[in-house]
Amino acid sequence: MSLLLPSTSTKRMFSLRPLLMVGLGLLGIMATALPTRAARADDAPLPAGVIEEGHYQAILGDCAACHTQPGRPAYSGGMPFKLPMGTIYSTNISPDPVHGIGHYSEAEFARAVQLGIRKDGSALYPAMPYPSYARLSKADIHALYVYFQRGVTPQPVDPPANGIIWPLSMRWPLHIWRWLFSPSVQSAQLRTNNQFSDPVLARGAYLVEGPGHCGACHSPRSITLNEKAQTAKDGPLFLSGGGVVEQWVVPSIRQENRTGLGRWSEEDIVEFLRTGRARTGASFGGMTPVILHSAHAFKDADLHAIARYLMLLAPAQKETPWVYDPSTAAMLRRADMSQPGAQIYMDRCAACHRTDGAGYGTVFPPLAGNPVVMTADATSLIHIVLAGDSTHALHTSPSAFTMPGFADTLSDKDIADVVSFIRKSWGNNSKSVKDSAVRRIRRSMPQPATPEQRPKN
Amino acid sequence: MPDQTFPPAKPDVVVIGAGWAGSIMAKELTEAGLNVTMLERGHDHSTAVEGTYPGSIDELRGAVRKRLFQKLAHTSLTIRNKPNETALPYRQLAAFLPGEGVGGAGLHWSGCHFRVTEDDLRLRSATIERYGQKFIPKDMHLQDYGISYKELEPFFDKAEKVFGTSGEASSVQGRKTGQGNIFAPDRSDHFPLPAMADTFSASVFRKAASEAGFHPYSMPAANASQPYTNPYGCQMGPCNFCGYCSGYACYLYSKASPNVNILPALRQDKRFTLITQAQVLEIMLDDTRKRATGVRYIDLKTESEQVIEADLVILSAFQLNNVHLMLTSGIGKPYDPVSQTGTIGRNFTYQTITSSRVWLPENRFTNQFVGAGGGGVAIDDFNHSGLDRGKAGFIGGSPIWVNQAGLKPITAAQNSGGKGAPRWGSAYKAAMIDQYKHSLAIDAHGSNMAYRDVYLDLDPTWRNAYGQPMLRMTFTWKDNDIRMNQFVVNHIGDIAQAMGATKTSLNSLHPGQPFDSRVYQTTHLNGGVILGNNPKTSALNRYLQSWDVSNLFVIGSSAFPQGMGYNPTGLVAALAYWSAYHIRQTYLRNPGPMVHA
Repeated sequence: MSLLLPSTSTKRMFSLRPLLMVGLGLLGIMATALPTRAARADDAPLPAGVIEEGHYQAILGDCAACHTQPGRPAYSGGMPFKLPMGTIYSTNISPDPVHGIGHYSEAEFARAVQLGIRKDGSALYPAMPYPSYARLSKADIHALYVYFQRGVTPQPVDPPANGIIWPLSMRWPLHIWRWLFSPSVQSAQLRTNNQFSDPVLARGAYLVEGPGHCGACHSPRSITLNEKAQTAKDGPLFLSGGGVVEQWVVPSIRQENRTGLGRWSEEDIVEFLRTGRARTGASFGGMTPVILHSAHAFKDADLHAIARYLMLLAPAQKETPWVYDPSTAAMLRRADMSQPGAQIYMDRCAACHRTDGAGYGTVFPPLAGNPVVMTADATSLIHIVLAGDSTHALHTSPSAFTMPGFADTLSDKDIADVVSFIRKSWGNNSKSVKDSAVRRIRRSMPQPATPEQRPKN
Repeated sequence: MPDQTFPPAKPDVVVIGAGWAGSIMAKELTEAGLNVTMLERGHDHSTAVEGTYPGSIDELRGAVRKRLFQKLAHTSLTIRNKPNETALPYRQLAAFLPGEGVGGAGLHWSGCHFRVTEDDLRLRSATIERYGQKFIPKDMHLQDYGISYKELEPFFDKAEKVFGTSGEASSVQGRKTGQGNIFAPDRSDHFPLPAMADTFSASVFRKAASEAGFHPYSMPAANASQPYTNPYGCQMGPCNFCGYCSGYACYLYSKASPNVNILPALRQDKRFTLITQAQVLEIMLDDTRKRATGVRYIDLKTESEQVIEADLVILSAFQLNNVHLMLTSGIGKPYDPVSQTGTIGRNFTYQTITSSRVWLPENRFTNQFVGAGGGGVAIDDFNHSGLDRGKAGFIGGSPIWVNQAGLKPITAAQNSGGKGAPRWGSAYKAAMIDQYKHSLAIDAHGSNMAYRDVYLDLDPTWRNAYGQPMLRMTFTWKDNDIRMNQFVVNHIGDIAQAMGATKTSLNSLHPGQPFDSRVYQTTHLNGGVILGNNPKTSALNRYLQSWDVSNLFVIGSSAFPQGMGYNPTGLVAALAYWSAYHIRQTYLRNPGPMVHA
């Protein structure tokens, strides 16, 4: 049995367990396998540029994030996902006719990508973001199909067998989820394509709601794990922030002044997606691999289209605008360390993030006014202070900057104090955190990077 | 970039050593479309590991236990002062500190990033023009580089832009600009970053030197005064004067290093392969002995011997190791001080450096823990080409500077109080506190000339861990350089007085003083495989190409004919870019000797 799964260990949008429970709760409703017909891709000459276009579509959709394991052949699958009920592995989507998808016709390929139905009629786990991919144009699906049939090297390998036991291994209940929550291709495309007459905004909407599947992480999900909103038209929940994934909070990318992108310029968003760093903030946690595998290679026009579109998304909640407050810097500069966390901030943080919290350009990100510092849930901030993190080296930005972790040198109270200090200084106005929150995250966070895994610069 | 044990079957280029010189050459040659494999005897080094705060600023591990330096248990050299003495191994790092591992000495350096004076490159010609041939002492091997400042200028400029160097120019494209060093030769462009801020000590020196009639300027520092992105897209953070530069990996990404400024771009390049823990034993030659075929090395990970073939070999290890590998590979003729024939090991030089100390009144706080390795204020009044050396009777010169690089607590405790101060008890403590808070160091950092009986060769007795004869250093101070140092240090007293010193401890070399390898001086070792226009007195032509083996280029301070007053890294980088430029423009189109002797 194989699964198409769109998450890596660092880019997991939700646990599959509750989903399976929902599926089992619907026992008794049988799925009907749709008829299948294989029409093999022939080797006829292709119009120039189709494979390249398909490759670009694969980057837009970030297929490699889940289907290519680091150090293994491209798209040969086998990425492990450890779940409470066992480990499952992403599928081989190279064009090998036996082990991959070489035997898929274009129609079958489209049906899998856009509707979540495999060639044999069984349903894919909706961790594969087919509700987003449903929006892909016919031309883009065609290019993607040609690329996966003709532009990728067949890999005659099977991913390891999944280790999920019956009855959780049954997947026909997933069809029910599909019927309930996944749009038809036609309705999805209509909904996304008819929002904007401006071609740049229309392109932005298509990229964000379609191949980019930003909502998979950045939109909240309901108890049944469907995204509560899938397009800009669906209201202010869309991209208003997802849950906590691997102890990283997924922030809103709407226009909230404090906790969203309300103070980011178009150029900030473009720079962030292209290099993982902007003057307003740097990538960390689960966004870093997205930039590494996908966003940094977007065309300039596409990055601008995405930014322009995101800047139109009205705030999901009203916030008093952030205004820089110079009193923290003044206090630190006169060596007034009376506030809890101030001394730790001076000793551990200020060298890079500065006493004024402004950081240094795209090298050291600001803490003053940074939306990820002010999210209601402080998990990300606690996590990064404990474990540290790194940006990724890219052709566009070969220097990868590392923040050291302080799990070994700071106590739960120290970290609670310094995180609370950061969340209340320089005009930031977020709630304090408790020692117990630090203790909980310390216990449950993933292992920090080993020295070998850290950047080399 | 694959970081692997076994290289591609046959790269176009093999580069020996992953310091500044090797990294520049690897970058330039991959840009030329060549596949480059770089071999490094040590481990990989990164800010995210060696530079992780706060572990990075651990003086015990850094400067005392010498974390980033050469492991003398595996390779070292023997040292003696005179040819009639028996040399003994350098068993503890002290006088000089070669690096080991990716970045080499370029990872643990301070960041003093100078160019040259115009006469540094043509010292023999300039001396004869001004003072006559007789002015050159007997047995001094005074030589020209065979390259002019004008020819090298674009490459100094390029290096500064890659290093993110902070400084203030005096003259750009013939126009007077800013408050830079008035003695510095003209520049094609400004420094890429503004000068570092003065520490309190530096500002006191600037004022006093000016009052004493001298011409202070901000030292050019490869410590970033602002965030910076270099032409390779590599980024630096700004320096915060933490004082942990020399001997440390900078945790703020502020100090230029191959690791921060060049290798990030190289590691993105598929044509580049880095092999660490590769101890090179020999550059292999074909039967004609005129062509290098590759190198033989020990893979220390597997303890197996490997051979890697290449069309072009770049020898860019530390200065001592460049000389050693030339000798163990049998390339060129070893220098013989008696017959004065041969070139490998000839013109080995060092740097004269003496550090004086000035104590200020108790209401003036120098806070010695603050600092930046490359920053400070200097005067070139005793180093510039125009200085009349006729009366004082020496060749060379010294900048004088206050380069407050951050005095760390262990070092402060060891060296507290100055000459004659108590070494224990409450008087020692009081002196230590006084020195830490209220004193500052003024250095005379000067040139060192080459002499007939100062040289490098292979030791007849001692061998390294790989069974090879060790390099033998024969070195001591000579009268010309001692005279120069004394002349310069004498003027430090005037500046100290203008500072309002309460106590001054002037230190200079004295006549007959032998070189003492037990006391730290500098790691600025030069020569042994020098460039020049005459194959009888130089090992390399002006493009740093071996006269004997035309597909071998030897890059580094080993190419300097004599030691100059400035720190060497700026010239090492400029010569590397110069050589790479001519390899790309000329050699690759028509491989073979670029200068016909």
